[in-house]
Order: sequence, then structure tokens, then C-alpha cells
Amino acid sequence: MTDTSTKPVRVAKGGAPSWVGAIISDLGKNGIFLALIAVVVLFSILTNGILLRPQNISNLIVQNGYILILAIGMVIVIVAGHIDLSVGSVAAFIGAVSGVFAVKMELPWWIAIILSLLIGALVGAWQGFWIAYVGIPAFIVTLAGMLIFRGLALVVLGNSNIGSFPEEYRALGNGFLTNVFGEFPVDPLTMGIAVLAIVGLIVQQVRTRAGRRSYGQDVEPLGWFVAKIVLVSAGVLAFAYALATFKGIPITLIILAVLVMIYGIVTNRSVFGRHVYAIGGNRHAAELSGVKTRQVDFLIFVNMGFLAALAGLVFTARLNLAGPKAGDGFELEAISAAFIGGAAVQGGVGTIGGAIIGGLIIGVLNNGMSILGIGIEWQQAVKGLVLLFAVAFDVFNKRRAGSSR
Amino acid sequence: MRSITKTFPGVKALQDVTLEVSRGEIHAICGENGAGKSTLMKVLSGVYPHGTYDGDIVFENEVVEFSDIRHSESKGIVIIHQELALSPFLSIAENIFLNNEIKGMFGLIDWNKANLEASKLLARVGLRENPTTKIRDIGVGKQQLVEIAKALSKRVKLLILDEPTAALNDDDSDHLLDLILHLKEQGITSIIISHKLNEIKKIADTVTVIRDGKTIETIAKIDVTEERIIKDMVGRDLEHRYPDHTPHIGDEILRVENWTAHHPQDSSRVMVDSVNLNVRRGEIVGIAGLMGAGRTEFAMSLFGRTYGSRISGKVFKDGAEIQTRSVAEAIDNGIAYATEDRKVYGLNLIEDIKRNVSMASLGKLSRLGLVNDNEEYKVADEYRVSLNIKAPSVLAKTGKLSGGNQQKVVLSKWIYSDPDVLILDEPTRGIDVGAKYEIYTIINRLASEGKGIIVISSELPELLGICDRIYALSEGRITGELPVEEATPEALLKLMTMETPR
Repeated sequence: MTDTSTKPVRVAKGGAPSWVGAIISDLGKNGIFLALIAVVVLFSILTNGILLRPQNISNLIVQNGYILILAIGMVIVIVAGHIDLSVGSVAAFIGAVSGVFAVKMELPWWIAIILSLLIGALVGAWQGFWIAYVGIPAFIVTLAGMLIFRGLALVVLGNSNIGSFPEEYRALGNGFLTNVFGEFPVDPLTMGIAVLAIVGLIVQQVRTRAGRRSYGQDVEPLGWFVAKIVLVSAGVLAFAYALATFKGIPITLIILAVLVMIYGIVTNRSVFGRHVYAIGGNRHAAELSGVKTRQVDFLIFVNMGFLAALAGLVFTARLNLAGPKAGDGFELEAISAAFIGGAAVQGGVGTIGGAIIGGLIIGVLNNGMSILGIGIEWQQAVKGLVLLFAVAFDVFNKRRAGSSR
Repeated sequence: MRSITKTFPGVKALQDVTLEVSRGEIHAICGENGAGKSTLMKVLSGVYPHGTYDGDIVFENEVVEFSDIRHSESKGIVIIHQELALSPFLSIAENIFLNNEIKGMFGLIDWNKANLEASKLLARVGLRENPTTKIRDIGVGKQQLVEIAKALSKRVKLLILDEPTAALNDDDSDHLLDLILHLKEQGITSIIISHKLNEIKKIADTVTVIRDGKTIETIAKIDVTEERIIKDMVGRDLEHRYPDHTPHIGDEILRVENWTAHHPQDSSRVMVDSVNLNVRRGEIVGIAGLMGAGRTEFAMSLFGRTYGSRISGKVFKDGAEIQTRSVAEAIDNGIAYATEDRKVYGLNLIEDIKRNVSMASLGKLSRLGLVNDNEEYKVADEYRVSLNIKAPSVLAKTGKLSGGNQQKVVLSKWIYSDPDVLILDEPTRGIDVGAKYEIYTIINRLASEGKGIIVISSELPELLGICDRIYALSEGRITGELPVEEATPEALLKLMTMETPR
């Protein structure tokens, strides 16, 4: 802090932004990100580096893609103060339905996908109707939905599995974007996309910063701003390099990236997103401020149904099989991801980024423990403890912040 | 009760209050909202245990130190709160003997005996209901009687009733008052808190008036007049607590005709009864009414029908009829309503100032459904400066602000929605004196900008201090309208306690 007295630092209304202050405040906000890094480092050491092998990194993404997709929808549901227990069953149901479309009826793969997603949205509309317009708690409606759609999945499958999906469909879960320019040890397309992503990130960050400055708001010190971008870029490059030396970018990752971008904007910047947070923070106040709470609740569940359907497609594509046990327990993993990622049980708090990181923590735990040969029984117990401690840590943090008023 | 003093953080709720109740009398306690009546009764009944207040309670010639309600009940002091403490899904008998169960063999409850005892108690209070009937299946009046039966089951000697008739219709009220007189004949002493002066005159042997946490005087029955009670209740000096205000009154901006709303659950109960009122540009209009008079019910039913059922009536703005069927529609039509309870209904406490200010007007800040963060920050910061919201920045969470600053955030939100008519429900409740002055200044400024302002308040001095014209509301009806020059607390209280024949 000594350099603040010697250098002319821009002192603003909100307290002087110093290097140290900015870093501490960022660390406080991104504690969950540090937890992910800690878990990754821990398992890299325990597994002698197997965790970070290119093939394993690629696997991590495709094995957890569908949970992450569900976590995106789930965090929105939770922020609004609801819960959705039905997503695993809905994913199974849609997987089965898509099997009927793509395999039994032999519809073109893209029609099968679009129809399946539409049915997913309809399922969400059904549940949203009961929750938003009839006023039955989401817990009950989606508990019923869990049974209903599991049952319907079995009905559609008719006591058998549906397999041998068309190749384009399978790409959702198994495909890679690679070798467009021919075979190289390091895929140039993957690296190119990574560089583009970094450029996009820098442009976006610089524009945000410039925008804030032009409105006279405080911005973090330039040094830390640049340092953060450099750190993130290095991370992206390392990650892309790992993918590029294996099979390239998984299609699942592309889907995820697009979803994270869209839903990041929806939750952060859209009027709809604001309404979701307002409802979760204080439903009465939101209603008395003119927010159409029922409509928002309804749309949240339509969206959740859509994303559950997408997760179902990705999962089915990965296994190349629509089976009766598909999606079993997905809802719990998605809910855990959202809560580990900092969503509040009472609603009003939670971010897409947090949910994704929460999902990745669960993924790394699963993956790392499997590599170590730890049995499924201990994996379950460890995941349960991590969820409990993550939320307890959050509660503890809030209590400390609350008492310092 | 001798020299009772009770303080809450920052407020002295009771100051050196002495109350003497003789055996076998009915003692009424009067006072404005917030005068300290309920606090005093909570001290007496052990809700606030010994040690949290100063002074002594002397009951039957001995000093008692109650540790909780059970303790005071064991001595025969029972309080019946304004909000009844009955469990709706349990039967009458189950409620009467709740936590006081009649046990038979093996410590199990003997339901036959309990129901028999309950029916005896019900007979004593004149309630002809089966003891196994569920509480939610009987009306509020009968529930009140069940509460009294419950008190009798505890061998009550001193019965405290906190506004027992506030929620009752006339028949039920009469029955209840008769019952209290009847209990007096059986030697049960009662303390009754009430706003309704005619009721007090009817049954009370002695009246004690409390104001600002102090006893003003105790009046014997023969000396009781409504005028004397009212004078005691309000008689405080109106200091210079209100900024000067020169009205520039223009054309009528809002007129409400025959506005009627019914209770949301019990749609036969009229809560707002054919209200007619109007507001002109630049005018500050007050609505005075006691608790339960239907002030908030009127405002909320008008604002997007957020309260009540079977709502009827017409609203005109600038002479043209408008609809206010949803909050969004009301806002679009230039009406804003700042709620009575800002923490429950007004603010998202876990969000920052910026997002609370923009909440009702996101449309203005967004393009293609995307909110312009920077513009939002700028707008919120302008209000932070102009309304003098004391916070490090607009990124501060509203839950951490003081009451006055929270209220300024609520006002910012509604001012930014650019209304023509602002309805402010208890705008200064729970706010310290300095911040009140600032809020009044803001209200004046809005009026001088040509907006129509409706202020709902239970503090008469506040209405007299800031309004140009005051309506009095009693039992859902407008019972009178006075320009501020003619309004006195006495005149208003008379209108506010006027009972209209139905």
C-alpha cells in the first residue's frame, strides 16, 4: 500500500482502487475458481499428471458436457427461487423420443434434433404452467415430472434400447472439429479458434473498460487489468494446445461455449435476466415494480425444458444409445453444480460462470477419483461432502460479511 | 405497573409508565399507533421478560418477575393479541388446550375429556360450535371467542385484549363486548386496548391514555368524553419539523370514483368501500386512517390490483378514464406506489442501489432487451447525489443502508419511473427525524414539479405538516375531507373513528 502515497492514484468516490485491493476483491468474488484450480492441482499431483493429459482433458469436457448444459438452466431456476428435479427424466425422455425420430422413423438428423428440442420446450411449458399459473411449488411439480417423464421414456422405448444413430447426430456427443486443413501434430484450426476467442475477449474487455471510463465510473488499475487478460489468455492457449494435440475441439465444447455466451448475456445484461434476479431477491418487490412474475417463471421452465432436451440429445449421442437408465441422477449433479458455484438456496444469487465452474469441480472429482481407482461408493461420499462444505463455506462467508455491518 | 421503561435500540418505547388496574374492572388503554400500548401489554404479559425493562409489575400485592408467557399465564394473566394465535388446521378443542393438554392414561391426551371441557368453555363464552370443528372453518368473530375460551381454560384473572374488535363486524363486536362485561360479573379483570372511542365509553370503567410512551392521564368512567381522550392522544406541539411548502395547485390529475375492494380470501368482506377522491397537480393529499381502516388496501387495490378481490370503480387521469389492472399498466399510466413496508415489498435487499433504482423502468434503459449497464449506473448515481443517499457508491447493497437511505432508494425508483401521481404509503415509518425532513423536502419538490402526491400516514402531525388537503378513512370509507387550514388532530381523529352504519 506504500506506493499509493507516492504515486498519484485516481481517488474516486468508491474508495481508491489499488492493485492490492482490486486483486483481493477479485479473489473474494472468484473463490470458487480458485477452488477449481486447487482441485485440478491436487488431482494432477495425485494422478502423476494423468489428469492433465490431452486425451483426459478432452474426455473431461465430453463426459461432463450434458451436466454443464443442465447446470446453466438449473442456476437460472434456482436464482428465481425454484428447483427442478425432473431434468434427468426429461433428458431420458427426449433421448428416447429422438431415437424414435432419428432411428425408427428415419427422419433427417436435423429434423429429429429440432423436433426433440421443441418437445423439450413443451415439457418445460407443461411444468411452467403448473408452477407459474396454478401456483404449485416447483419442488412438487418437478418431483411429479421426474416420475412422469421417466415413465414416458420407458413407454416410448417400449422395454428396449434404441441405438445406431446417424453419424451427424452422434457428433453432438462424440464429434470433433478437426483436421479441416489436413493432419498436423498440433491442429491449426483449434489453435486458430483459440486465438480468435482471445482476441474477442480482449476486444470485449477493453470496450467494457472504455465504456465505464467514459461514464466516469471507477475501473480497476490498468496493470491488474492487463495481468488478468494475460493470465486468462495463457490458460485458454494451454487448454487449446491440449485439445489440438488430441482430436481437436469437441462439438460438445462448441455447444457449451455458445450456450455460456448467450446465457451469460441473458443473465447479466438482459431485461429478462434482471427480472429473474429481482424475483429471486424479493418476489413481492419485483411484482410491485411491474415485473410480470408469472410470465417470467413460466419462461424459466420452458428454457429449462429446452436445455434438458439438449442435454438428453448430447448424452444419447455420446452413448449412441437411448436407454431407460439415461439421465439417472443428472438433476442432482446439476443442482450440486449450481450450489457449489455459489447459488443461494433462497434465490436471488447465482451466476452461469459459477455453475459451470461448480460442474467442472464435480467433473474433475469424478474423473480424478476414477483415475485413482477409487470406488464409486467413495466417490459418492466425497462429492456429497464437497457439496456440503462448499455451501457451508458460503454461509459462513455471508454471516461474517453480515456481522460486519 | 410502576414506572415501566422499555427501550429498543435507538427508541424509548416506554418512559416511566405507571398503570393501575383495580380488581374486577374493565380498564381501557388508548393512544395513537406507536404510542406504546402494545409494548406495555407485552411487558405485563411476559412477552418481554423481566430484566429487559425497568420498573416493577405488582400483581395481587406482590412484585412479579415474569420470565415468559407461560409464567405470567400461571399467575392468571392472559393476553390475546391482535393477530390471533390459533392454528387454523387444528380443531377448537385442540387449540384451546394447545400446550395445556388434558392428559389421561400413560400421559396420552384424553380427547373425550378435552372435548367435553372445551364444550363447557364454549358455553361460557356463548359460542355454539362443536369443539371438533376446525378453526379455519369459523369466522374471525368466533375465533376471537375461542381465544377467550382458551384464556378461561387457563383460569384467567386478568385478561388483556389487544384491539379485539379491529377485525370484527358490528354484531360480532357487540357480542364480544357483552361477553367482556359478563366476564366482569364473574370477577375477571380486563384490560382492553382499543381505538374505537364509543366502544370504550360503553364498557370501560377507567381509561388510561398513553402518548409517546408516557402515561398522560387516567380518567374515571364518569369523566370520560371523546373530546378529552382525543385531546390527550394527540396533544403534542407541532414543532418546526416540516419544511415550508407553498402549493401551486393546478388542474385535477387523478380522480377515483366509487372504488370498492373486497378481502382477498373472504370476498364478502368489504375492505374499501366506494372511495371517491381526487388529486390535483402540485397538490399533496393526505389519507388519514387508523390501522385496519383500509388505507394500504385502497392504495394497493388501485395500484395494479395487488390487493383484494372483486374490485370495482373508475380511475380518471387528466379527465380520461384509465385502467390499472396490472402493475405494469398502472406504471405505464403514470402511477407509482411506494409501499408501506419497504423491506418486504419495496426493495431487493440483496441487490445494489443501482439495480433497485432501475427495477421499475428497465424498459427505458434497454435496447433490444439488453440493459445498458453504464447508463443505469449514471442514472442511479444522479439520484444518489440529488436525493443525498448516504452510501459509498450505487454498488452498495440496499440491505446495508439505514431506513432513511433505503426509503430514498425506493423514492428514486419511483421518481425515475416518471409518474404523474405518486402514492406514498407511510413514507417516513422507522426513519429518524433528520431523514424525515429530507423526505418531506423531496415530496415538496415533486409536488412543485406538478406531480400529484398522495401520502398515507398514521402520524397525524405528519399529515398536518406536509399536506394541502386530508381525507379521513374509517372502516374502508371516506368519512370526511378537510383542507389543511381547517384540519386539526381532534377533527381528524373524530372522522377517523367515526363508525358508519352499514
